[in-house]
Amino acid sequence: MHEIYPLASGFLVWVAFGVFIGGTVLRLVLLALKARRKDPVIYQYFSFYYAARSIIHWIFPFASKGMRDHPVFTIIAFVFHICLILTPIFVAAHVILIMESWQTGWWYLPNAAADIMTIIVVLCLLFFLARRILQKDVRYLSTAGDYVLLLLVAAPFITGFWTYHQWYGFETAGLLHMLSGELMLICLPFTRLFHMALFPFTRGYSGSEFGAVKGARDW
Amino acid sequence: MNTKNNTETGADQKQIHDVAIEEGARRLTREKIHSVLSELIRTEGGARLSAYSNACVHCGMCSEACHHYLSNDRDPKLSPAGKVKQTIAVIMARKGKVGPDFMKKACEIAFTECNLCRRCMMYCPFGIDVAYLMLFIRRACHKLGVVPQYIQDTAHSHSATMNQMWVRDDEWIDTLQWQEEEARDEIPNIRIPIEKEGADIFYSVIGPEPKFRAQLIYQMAVIMHASGADWTMSATPGWDNSDMCMYTGDMEMTARLKKVHFEAATRLKTKRIVMGECGHAFRSVYDVGNRLLGWKMPPLPMVHAIEFYYEILQQGHIEIENKFEQPVTFHDPCNIVRGRGLHETARYVVDKTCKTFIELEPNREHNFCCGAGGGVINCGPPFKNKRVKSNRIKAEQLASAKSKGAEVVIAPCHNCHGGLEDIINHYELGMEIKFLADILYECMKKE
Amino acid sequence: MQDRQNWDWTPGRRIVGDFDKWRPAYEYMEEPHVSADGEKIAAIVKTGPEEFSVCVNGQPWESHFEKAWSLGFTQENCPVALVSDTAMWTVAVDGVTWNNWYEFVWNPIFSTKGSSITAAAQSELKYFALTDDIPWENSFLALTCLIATPDGKNIAAVVQDKRFAEADIDNFQQGCFTVAVNGNAWDTHYVNVWDLDFSGDGSQVAAEVRTSLYDYTIAVNGKTWDKQYSCVWAPRFHPSDGSVSAPVKLAGGWSLARNGEVIWNRRYFQLWHHIYSPDGNSIAAVTAPEFGRWTIAEDDQPWNLRFNELATDPVYSPGGDRIACVGKSGGKWYIAADDTIWDTPNDMAWQPVFSPDGSHVAAKAERDGRYTIVVDGRPVDEVFAAVMQPVFSPDGRRLLVKGILPESAGGQYCRHVFEVDALAP
Ligand code: HEM
Ligand code: SF4
Ligand code: SF4
Ligand code: SF4
Repeated sequence: MHEIYPLASGFLVWVAFGVFIGGTVLRLVLLALKARRKDPVIYQYFSFYYAARSIIHWIFPFASKGMRDHPVFTIIAFVFHICLILTPIFVAAHVILIMESWQTGWWYLPNAAADIMTIIVVLCLLFFLARRILQKDVRYLSTAGDYVLLLLVAAPFITGFWTYHQWYGFETAGLLHMLSGELMLICLPFTRLFHMALFPFTRGYSGSEFGAVKGARDW
Repeated sequence: MNTKNNTETGADQKQIHDVAIEEGARRLTREKIHSVLSELIRTEGGARLSAYSNACVHCGMCSEACHHYLSNDRDPKLSPAGKVKQTIAVIMARKGKVGPDFMKKACEIAFTECNLCRRCMMYCPFGIDVAYLMLFIRRACHKLGVVPQYIQDTAHSHSATMNQMWVRDDEWIDTLQWQEEEARDEIPNIRIPIEKEGADIFYSVIGPEPKFRAQLIYQMAVIMHASGADWTMSATPGWDNSDMCMYTGDMEMTARLKKVHFEAATRLKTKRIVMGECGHAFRSVYDVGNRLLGWKMPPLPMVHAIEFYYEILQQGHIEIENKFEQPVTFHDPCNIVRGRGLHETARYVVDKTCKTFIELEPNREHNFCCGAGGGVINCGPPFKNKRVKSNRIKAEQLASAKSKGAEVVIAPCHNCHGGLEDIINHYELGMEIKFLADILYECMKKE
Repeated sequence: MQDRQNWDWTPGRRIVGDFDKWRPAYEYMEEPHVSADGEKIAAIVKTGPEEFSVCVNGQPWESHFEKAWSLGFTQENCPVALVSDTAMWTVAVDGVTWNNWYEFVWNPIFSTKGSSITAAAQSELKYFALTDDIPWENSFLALTCLIATPDGKNIAAVVQDKRFAEADIDNFQQGCFTVAVNGNAWDTHYVNVWDLDFSGDGSQVAAEVRTSLYDYTIAVNGKTWDKQYSCVWAPRFHPSDGSVSAPVKLAGGWSLARNGEVIWNRRYFQLWHHIYSPDGNSIAAVTAPEFGRWTIAEDDQPWNLRFNELATDPVYSPGGDRIACVGKSGGKWYIAADDTIWDTPNDMAWQPVFSPDGSHVAAKAERDGRYTIVVDGRPVDEVFAAVMQPVFSPDGRRLLVKGILPESAGGQYCRHVFEVDALAP
């Protein structure tokens, strides 16, 4: 079993990042081409100023009415996304690995902070899960994929935490951590997680239409 | 022959009987549906369709934006994303392999459970335009011939007469002359200038004005006259700016209607188009038809009546003699507020003309739709009960303004009028509805 | 063709009437209309309570009416209006009404050869057309898009001759509309019929038709082209060979088709209002080669010039070697000839007029509420409070400008004949 360890920590990392970056770029390019072909109008109406205006109102907590109406969800969603993105980038173990390989690195989180952030991510995911099950409209909207996705996102965090704390079977957990992390990266361009890449475009387009053409706000 | 044999089959029963939907679906086969839908997705399913389908995280942030959802005890099926889930999501997932019964249901959802008001777009973190997706379904319904009877009949009227109400060329001119005559009883030398080449303003209205609300033309003539405007109306088709084809998904007809409308204005060498108080017509001319025809923005400046009132008040072209006494509230029509940002402009006019103004909550871009827009009221009597019940939230919103003293609701949109009237009657709110022109006409100095 | 030869072509300005002085005699006066030769200026006037007439060169008609509208001039310079009495309508020519009265009369068409007058009419909810006081023998349930040949001898209109009940969408879709030529309807029916055109000899009519909710094509004398399109615009006959062309929408965009065969290779975002050169050898059209960019294309070759907002009113020179049009960009109206835009922006511009040999172009334009005529890009040395379309003399050496002087200059109506050579830049 441990034969795949080097594979998972070497080649598959490259594959994962390759698919993540390549897949994201490819899908965005395909989308851009499709827009050229079938909705050329989109380019005419896209306005960077109004796109930015709208995006800003949606990446700051409570800047939009929808967010103000749902304070709990908003706080959790923001904390979740922040921890979700920052933890893997700044967790000591990742930075050190990179330093060892390339003699370059960056500031990293104190271990306790990384621990807390990891727990937050998992708790937030539990909250999302609970919300999906308990809130009628969200339950109705949820598909099996949405639940799998929660698990997919939780997995690298749980296994990472496990590995770091060297609990029972942490070596296996470490392997699973790498595999699940890689799996998440690979899935990113091809599942609902792709919302992260689409966000600037859909929000930006809405902002452009509302701002430049319709003279109204969309937040 | 009476073909209006539509009946409502009961409130709890979801599917309402509409002969045209039934008949249309009966003529369909799965093969036909598949071929039409896949062709439509191939040719018209653009980047927005894929981006919106892929970006939605099923978070439900849009649910509370929708009056249908709020008014029907938070029925998840009526949340914007819920309507997407039942319609376009299925079509995409099954690559168009759906049956006639599915199309019937999709038709009812897209035509009568969404007003295309775009409120949800402002609550979705991704700005997903559910109205666009519902329009895609309507377009599919048009292509498949499954469209509610009444709105289809209206689309036919548009195609045959270039107006919404089967008004014939002579009836239109006759109405203008009749209103001119009426107005002369009040202001002897007033004129409704027909076909005046080179006038500054091309004034256009919607078909229901000559048909049912001719006094609005009279009132506008008085406002134009008092403000000294150089205006004209077309004697030829093109005088009507309305458009139900945009809502049945017949975009070819929408393009034709808007072409005829713009060309009436350019033929008369007018400099700008001022239109009466209508929301959907504004959307059609300002935002939809122009794009279909190849214009980024309308080729002539498009001025909604509210902007025109603002202009003449602000520049002192008309004077307000006595402000309107009764306390008023103001309904922001989606198509000119979310669709054109005229909320402050309208408040300026209300402020100048009315003594007491009470805001609806929420208001401006966040106002709830009247429930009639997006062609829903045009789907006719079979769906009326459902429409009114699906906007209980509007009744609550109005009632709250009433409890603060508002007696009159100003709604500068024809559809809103129809919708609000039904709501006020059904929920027994006892409020009066007026156009801004009604108020202006009543309060201004006439000569 | 009007008898332009006999008009007064003496160079210089001649005051025809003290237009501003006539106004006070009436309760009000509508905007004036001027005869082609410029010798007559007329306007609908209110002569008393609910009493209207037409004032021609300062003199009201002896007759007056409950209502009068749609004033115009025949090619013989005779003023014509639609008038009503006791709620019935007819045509009044020089103040004299036709014998027959109808519940409504509208859409008068003056023939460009001869002096025929055609109009649409309705009585007892029956619709028909009239020419020189003679109504069609057949009537219809509805009538629109009336057209006539230049000599006024043939008339066609879109008519409805099959009934369908209110909200009866099935019967409507079976086709209840057709074309009536001189009162006789085609046998074939369509969901919709729009925009007609007569062939040069007046023997054929082409129409834009919708054969189902989704299929558009062209019908000529009741027979449709074999091919259907997702949309088409108005058809035009070739001036002499009897073929019909129309803009058609194909998968990749708009193009032009003749007798059902696509003849232009390019695909445009938009293409409409095509016109033939007088000899029929070339076709020009208003096009948007890309979204939001408008220009003229001749024989499938778009100009380099682009207008951002609008291109309209294309016109060929009589020799067919030049094209001029009106365009709009940045909120201003421009005149362009042969892919070259005239520099000065206008607040409004009218369809340009070519001199008979095509060497000069004149156009009516408005700037800041003042009207003038621009010749080859340069305005004539006179501004007006109102001006009519300019007319070149048959030899092309003179230009007739008919306009009302601004109040500051006396407010009179005058005819001004310019020497074209003196105007050219
Ligand atoms: C800045 C743009 C982003 C916006 C506006 C955004 C918005 C959202 C929203 C509204 C949810 C809904 C939560 C729910 O109810 O499930 C969500 C969930 C989620 N987002 Fe994002 N997100 C963004 C970027 C990202 C990024 C970059 C990632 C990371 C990799 C990410 C990963 C997730 C995950 C894993 C969930 C939970 C999945 C689920 O509940 O199905 N998001 N996001
Ligand atoms: S567009 Fe309006 S009616 Fe339609 S789903 Fe969104 S909020 Fe509801
Ligand atoms: S708010 Fe937007 S992303 Fe969330 S469920 Fe609604 S449409 Fe989907
Ligand atoms: S009718 Fe009025 S409120 Fe209703 S959708 Fe139209 S503009 Fe909006």
